[in-house]
Formats: sequence, structure tokens, C-alpha cells
Amino acid sequence: MTILFDGVAYGMVLFVLSCGLCITLGLMNVVNLAHGAFAMAGGYATVVLTNRMGVPFLAALPLAFVFSAAIGLLLERTLYVHIYGRSHLDQVLFTIGLVFMSIAGTDWLMGSQQQFVKIPDALKGRMDVLGVGISRYRLFIVVLCGLLVVALQMILSRTRFGSQLRAAVDDGRVARGLGIPVTRVFAATFAFGSGLAGLGGALGAEILGLDPTFPLKFLLYFMVVVTVGGTSTITGPFLAALLLGVADVAGKYYIPSVGAFIIYTLMIIVLVVRPQGLFSRS
Amino acid sequence: MTASATRSTIDRITAGLAARRRWHPLEIAFWLAAFATLVFLPQRHLVLNEIAILALFALSLDLLLGYTGIVSLGHAAFLGLGAYTAGLLAKHVNADPLMGLAAAAGVCGVAGVMTSFLIIRGTDLTRLMVTLGIAMLLGEFANKASWLTGGADGLQGIKMAPILGLFKFDLRGTVAYAYSLCVLFVLFLLARRITLSPFGASLTAIRDNPLRATAIGIPMRRRLVTVYTLAAVYAGLAGALMAQTTQFVSLDVLELHRSADVLLVLVIGGTGYLYGGIIGAVLFKIAQDVISSITPEYWHFWIGLILVVFVLIGRERLTAWPAKLYARMIGGAA
Repeated sequence: MTILFDGVAYGMVLFVLSCGLCITLGLMNVVNLAHGAFAMAGGYATVVLTNRMGVPFLAALPLAFVFSAAIGLLLERTLYVHIYGRSHLDQVLFTIGLVFMSIAGTDWLMGSQQQFVKIPDALKGRMDVLGVGISRYRLFIVVLCGLLVVALQMILSRTRFGSQLRAAVDDGRVARGLGIPVTRVFAATFAFGSGLAGLGGALGAEILGLDPTFPLKFLLYFMVVVTVGGTSTITGPFLAALLLGVADVAGKYYIPSVGAFIIYTLMIIVLVVRPQGLFSRS
Repeated sequence: MTASATRSTIDRITAGLAARRRWHPLEIAFWLAAFATLVFLPQRHLVLNEIAILALFALSLDLLLGYTGIVSLGHAAFLGLGAYTAGLLAKHVNADPLMGLAAAAGVCGVAGVMTSFLIIRGTDLTRLMVTLGIAMLLGEFANKASWLTGGADGLQGIKMAPILGLFKFDLRGTVAYAYSLCVLFVLFLLARRITLSPFGASLTAIRDNPLRATAIGIPMRRRLVTVYTLAAVYAGLAGALMAQTTQFVSLDVLELHRSADVLLVLVIGGTGYLYGGIIGAVLFKIAQDVISSITPEYWHFWIGLILVVFVLIGRERLTAWPAKLYARMIGGAA
């Protein structure tokens, strides 16, 4: 049970990390391999804020979101706009270049060692719920991320912005013709997605670990969530992230020697059998 | 169309392809210059050897990416597989280099055929993911199976026998470089012949317009399987050369940055005209040398920057002229 819960928490973090990628990849059709770099930015922002400036952890989380979102917005406006209509190969090369730069840049700025985030005492330790040992921090993550998922779903399906976004994605030209500011919607979405990644990086620093190779180490995980989950909904990637989280934690716990194989093999099988993702409708 | 008209069309096409296969003086000069470095740059043979191997690896990716339009993020899988095959064979069974090449080619060929069925379906994105996944899978396996591969310490204790029983590998790398260059040249000839054949033309047709290619009766699945296998064999041979000439294999050969580096090599040199990989490899190694002599730790930053700048400027624009030159040299549009 504890493993299941840990897996769920892990999956939740993965979801928050990768749902921004679902948007850029699935909705805007940009292969953004540099997504992890935004997550890393959020993680490092939290480390600097809590450990060096003494900002409380809970206050640092929204700041991490804002920090990553700001970087996302900046890069989107200056660089990403140029690669929207380009071939996938160009996008891959471009974003891999960004990944390399972010890794070396972070290494230079912060050093290559693993970073730790100071979490408040209230979130430390374990507690017993119906005989199941649950880490408080993981419970916190599950609750927070659960709320986020609901909020995201609401934003996408109920708000004006959500419908503008869906319209812009379905047919950018028509949407533009109807007076929807497509460019601005995309920029805002990209920034929001980057911000979420940053938040995920901040939350996940404790669980996933944080060092300059973060964007590469978890690149495959993000991609798995997006490709397995499909990109037409929020729930698809969410389920995929949960599945991946539980499978990974359980795999590493029960059969540590083949842990990572399961994930990779599963991904390849899913991609080959159902290229649109497990949970997509079409 | 009457039978005689069909005949004359076929004759014309055959004659056209044959004309394009003729060697241009510039190409001959290029290879003469390459072989001249054996004599004129004796103190650089170690790095030239690396360049030749990287060029072969890039050539392999060019067959896939430049000629057929398949994007692979995990081409290092075959490099690593070939390297480990050659290394293990030399260590445990037989230290003859040519035997190692044959074994690496065989193993990678089989692996290529098997994995090609995974990539013939789906879009660019699924291919990216699947190739990346395969490379990660192999990397993880090489890491875990340390009884076989030496794990993180790398595969040590490879001792190569002299090539053909005549040429012993020396410390200055001259024999190694001559060996790699010869292999590269032979494989280049083969690749040149293949790409300038009807088979090669069908590959570019698939790259330019898959729908149309199927419509005019090109068996796309079979073509993709063949070219993917061919590229796998080439990459495996590059890996084997690497293992044999350095007498060491590390986990590093399977890592993502290998696949990314070779993409960059092709981007620098330009895709789809065979020489791109070689020119790119030379430029890449020079750039790597210069940058890492300035900042040894952070040279990947600059590599990343080069990639970003290349894409932003438009890589076709930068590398169009040598490709056009090659097209003109082989006569007619490539």
C-alpha cells in the first residue's frame, strides 16, 4: 500500500512536470525536448529561495512557478516563435541544443552536485492512516496535484481562455479569422506550461533529485507520459503519469535489477501498438 | 505506351543513372587529400582516426535521415552494439579485427531488422521516441549486465591482433587511422553506389513524398526495413572501429549525447549528399578541440549554442552550397 501511495505521488509529480509538454507537443505541435530545462529552472529557483534566502517552502512554490513561466515566456517570444512551423527535425535539433546549454549553464552557475530542498518540518515524517504508513510530504503532493488537475480541467473546458486555446489548436487560421489572438494565446499557454513544469520541478526535487542533468534524465519520462497518454485530453496524460509512477516505484522496489527496462519496454510496446496513445479517442 | 517506348525510357533512365555514377575530379581530389593525410599529418593520426569513425557514423545516419527522411534520436544504439560486439569478440573469442567488423555488422544487421519493424509505423514523433527508447534500453542493459560489459568501468582488456596478420596497431595511431579510413572509403563507395541506384532514388522519393511514393508502387515498408538495417550495419561498423582502435568500450557509446552529436555533425555538414557526414565530422572535431581547450567542462554549452543558431539561421541555407555542388557534380538534380 505504501508503495502504491508513493507511486501515486510520484506519478502526480510526473503529471505536473509533463502536462506543459502535452500542451506544447500535443496542442501546438512543437517537439520541445527542452521541457525538462524549465522544470529544472523551477527546482533550482526553489533551492536558491529556500536555502539561501530563507523564503519558506510554501511561498517558494508559486515563485518557482512564476520564475519558470517568465523564462518560458521570454524564450517563447524570442526563440520558439521561429520554430513553430518548422520540421520536427529542426525542432529536435533546436531544443536539444537548448538542453545542452541549460545543462552546462546550470553546472556553471550552481555546480554539478545534487541539490536538496529544505521542506518545512510540518511536511516531514510519516503518519499512519488506516494502518498504512504515509509520508506527509507525499500526501501534500497528492492533494496539491489533485487540486491542480481539477483546476486545469476546469480551465480547459469551462473558461473562455480554454475554448480559445482549443479553437486555436483545432484550426489556427479560422480561430484567427474569428478574432482570437492566437499568437497571444499560444504564448500564454507556453508560459503557463513552463510554469507548471517549474512547479513540478520544485515539488519533485525531493522525490526525483535535482542536478544539472535533470532535463536529460527525465526527458524520456515526460515523453512517455505524453505519448502514452495521448494529447487530446488532460485525463489521458494524467492516467499515464499515474501508471508510470506506480509501475516505476513498484518495479524499482520489487525487482530492482530490471526496474528501468519495464518502463522503456512498455513505452515501446504502447508506441508500436497504439501510436496515438493508450487513452486517445481516435 | 508501346513496348519499345517503355524500353527506350528504361534505357534512358539507366544511362542517366550510369552518368551520375561517374566520378567528378573534385571527388577524386577529396579522397586523395584524405589519404594524403596518412603521410602529411603523422602527429594527428589519433584525432584523424576519431574523425574517420565519426564520419562513418554520420554517413550511416545520413542514409537514414538525409536520404530517407527518418529522424532517429537513438542511433547510438547501433554504435554501442557494434562496439560491444567487436570488443567482446576480441576479448573472449578472436582478436582478428576483420572478424570483429564482420561480427559487428552481423549483429547490428539482425538488430536493425528486428527494430526496423518498430519504426516503420507511426509519425516522426513516435519514431523519435522509439529510437530513443531502444537506445536507452540498450544503455540500461549494458549498465546492468556488468558481468558482460564491465558496466560503468567500461570494457577493458581488449587486445587486437594485427590487421590481416600484417599490420600491428601502433601507439601513434597511424595503422588505426589507415584502417578506419580504408573501411570508411569502402563503405562510402558502397553507399555512393546504393544512393545512385534505382533503390536510392526510391528512398529519396519516400523522403520527399511518402504518399506519392506508395502510389507509384514503391514498396515503402520493405524499403524502410532495408535502409534502416543498412544504416544499423554502418553504425555498428563505426562502433566496431571505435572499439578496436581505442581497445576500450565505455557505456558512453550508448548515451543520448552520442546520438545528438552525430545529428549535429550531419547538420553542420549538410544532409543528403554523403560528403556532409565527412565534412561535418572534420568541422565538429575541430570545433570540439578548440572549444574544449578553452572551456573543458562546458563545451557542451557551445555545442548547444551552435545547434540553436544553426536552426534559427536555417540549416539548409548554410549547407546548401556543398550539396548543390555535389548534385551538379553527379550531373542533374540529386
